[in-house]
Amino acid sequence: MNDMTKVERDLNMSDAKIEARGVNLHYGTNHALKDVSIEIADRTVTSFIGPSGCGKSSFLRCLNRMNDTIDICRVTGQIMLDGQDINAASVDPVQLRAQIGMVFQKPNPFPKSIYDNVAYGPKIHGLAKSKADMDAIVEKALRRAAIWDEVKDRLHEPGTGLSGGQQQRLCIARAIATEPEVLLMDEPCSALDPIATAQVEELIDELRRDYAVVIVTHSMQQAARVSQKTAFFHLGHLVEFGDTGRLFTTPNDPRTESYLTGRIG
Amino acid sequence: MTTFAFALLFAASVFGYAWNRQAASSLRNDGQRLHSLSGFHGLYSFLCVSIPVFVLILVWLVFQGSVIDWLVTAPIAPENYATLETGPKQLVLAEIKSIAGGRIFGTPEDWKLAAAERLIQLRTMSAWLLLAAVFALAVTQVLRARRRVDADFRARQGAERMILGLIQFCAIFAVFVTVGIVFSLTFETIKFFRMVPPLEFLFGLNWEPQIPIRADQIAGAGAFGWLPVIVGTMVITVIAILVAVPTGLLTAIYLNEFASSRARAIIKPILEILSGIPTIVYGFFAVLVVAPAMRQFGADLGIAISPNTALAAGSVMGVMLIPFISSFADDALSAVPQSLRDGALALGATRGETMLSVLFPAAIPGIVGGVLLAVSRAIGETMIVVMAAGLIANMTLNPLDSVTTVTVQIVTLLIGDTSFDNPKTLAAFALGMMLFLVTLVINIFALRIVRKYREIYD
Ligand SMILES: Nc1ncnc2c1ncn2[C@@H]1O[C@H](COP(=O)(O)OP(=O)(O)OP(=O)(O)O)[C@@H](O)[C@H]1O
Ligand SMILES: [Mg+2]
Repeated sequence: MNDMTKVERDLNMSDAKIEARGVNLHYGTNHALKDVSIEIADRTVTSFIGPSGCGKSSFLRCLNRMNDTIDICRVTGQIMLDGQDINAASVDPVQLRAQIGMVFQKPNPFPKSIYDNVAYGPKIHGLAKSKADMDAIVEKALRRAAIWDEVKDRLHEPGTGLSGGQQQRLCIARAIATEPEVLLMDEPCSALDPIATAQVEELIDELRRDYAVVIVTHSMQQAARVSQKTAFFHLGHLVEFGDTGRLFTTPNDPRTESYLTGRIG
Repeated sequence: MTTFAFALLFAASVFGYAWNRQAASSLRNDGQRLHSLSGFHGLYSFLCVSIPVFVLILVWLVFQGSVIDWLVTAPIAPENYATLETGPKQLVLAEIKSIAGGRIFGTPEDWKLAAAERLIQLRTMSAWLLLAAVFALAVTQVLRARRRVDADFRARQGAERMILGLIQFCAIFAVFVTVGIVFSLTFETIKFFRMVPPLEFLFGLNWEPQIPIRADQIAGAGAFGWLPVIVGTMVITVIAILVAVPTGLLTAIYLNEFASSRARAIIKPILEILSGIPTIVYGFFAVLVVAPAMRQFGADLGIAISPNTALAAGSVMGVMLIPFISSFADDALSAVPQSLRDGALALGATRGETMLSVLFPAAIPGIVGGVLLAVSRAIGETMIVVMAAGLIANMTLNPLDSVTTVTVQIVTLLIGDTSFDNPKTLAAFALGMMLFLVTLVINIFALRIVRKYREIYD
């Protein structure tokens, strides 16, 4: 039985880390996602683009079941992580979220020290065996998030005292410190200056070696720079999904073309 | 008659408003450019009339009583009135007033009847005078305001200045009242400390505030050491807080994090009802239900529990404070941004971990502020302890004993015959002063903390 699924997975899903089929999402009576199906490949950066309010964040939050916390939100359809339905009763959302990290649109450091912010995830999941271990994890995460040099002398000052851009990189560090398999990033660079943006993009590219990364962005240049696959959402529909280069140069759908040329948005 | 005066005030103000406004509009219709909108001209007149007339009526009402009393009693022969003590003077005055009101007991002396006659006349006269004065002032003010209407007149600034003055007066009023209360407390407290040495009051271990009723009585020297009283207050407060804080906090956590919206919709209003119950009801709940139950329980275990216990009063007071704490903690927890919750959950934290390690620390300053406010409420609470804790000032920390509190003692000191020249009555002021100082310090702390926590998330 188990072998069977494994074989099937190897055959059918090639490299798909996450596979969504027929996902519908309602906020009360607002039908925010309409029949979205997509395959997100492992070791790939997938970007979600589309006009404001089209459901990018909503879909992203489906992937780690963050929508569970919203009372009025109802999700139907199937979302598979490594061939396992994440909405199945046997799946613990807490475990799932430890596997799938998330960086939010607005930086949200905890009102704790910089160190404790990064150490929070590893601590609750018991990833560090000793203080030295934890120090190493924290340092590595901060370095990868390109913020180590700025904060290494003030690790024990509150994270809320950093600038907006620094806070966002701290949140990225916090998310990758738990070593997730998938990293979801909701407009991670909207609060960053060009230099920090470049650093984060570098980080995303580096993360691609180990993780599947999904990034929501409003910058088409950014999508083009960092992602290999791009999905275009419009009014709750996944309009078009394909290789980034192809989608940007020869979009199949007229709506994609209008959006890329700035006619809808 | 006062009703008429107020009606006149209202009518004149409204008339002034309409007249000025109309005058200003017609200026504009004649093609002039007005500095202020015509509504402001109206408002200017309204305020010009209503404020001074209102003040006139108030002043009149405040002073008319004493002026009339003085006029009524002045012609009475000195041996019948002027040479008397304060108490008998008041008796005479009261009798004159009741005669004037038509309630005659026995056969009063002629001079009393004459005085009553004068009183009736003076009252009527005063009422008419008031009306006349109001009318005169109102008309003058209406005319004065009307004369000022012209294109260049800055009616808006004028009206705004008056409104500003009004607002400032209201703000200062509260300050004055506070200062007045503190001042009178201080004054009486100083009088008390002239009779009882402060050291004895602050460090004495005996509280027996009797005073000799007759000068030759021996057994009633009285002892005024406030320690047993404040210790009693502290014992009860601690019990109340021990009951209220854990229950209230857990309630808030449940409501905030774990309750379904339906449970929330049921529990929250019930908590609000709980906080709306008058303390006297809690008081008889404590006396009639909780205390006997505790006594019975103690008897079953073979422990003697007195009918009035600190535990009964304190725990009922704790129940009273539960909604207070829970609503404070609920506010503090809800004020923690949703994004922090999401951040912790997205890292794979459970709801419990999120609560303990993220929400709670972020909310703690607000919660501490609420707890401190609850402490100062518990210290100042009177009704429950009057009914359930007892009157005897025991110097004890045993919650099963009966204790007394500062507030209870103030009540008992002031009940019955009071005169302001013996230490028994003045002790109430001294206790009040101490209570005021203690709660003041706690409130200052609480507000500091609350303010600090507001600064974190804005
Ligand atoms: N918590 C919520 N409750 C109710 N409706 C919501 C909620 N979050 C989003 N929506 C609705 O769902 C739709 C999609 O919102 P979503 O946040 O996914 O858009 P988005 O593509 O991320 O937009 P943006 O680019 O502006 O971030 C919108 O119509 C929005 O009003
Ligand atoms: Mg969004």
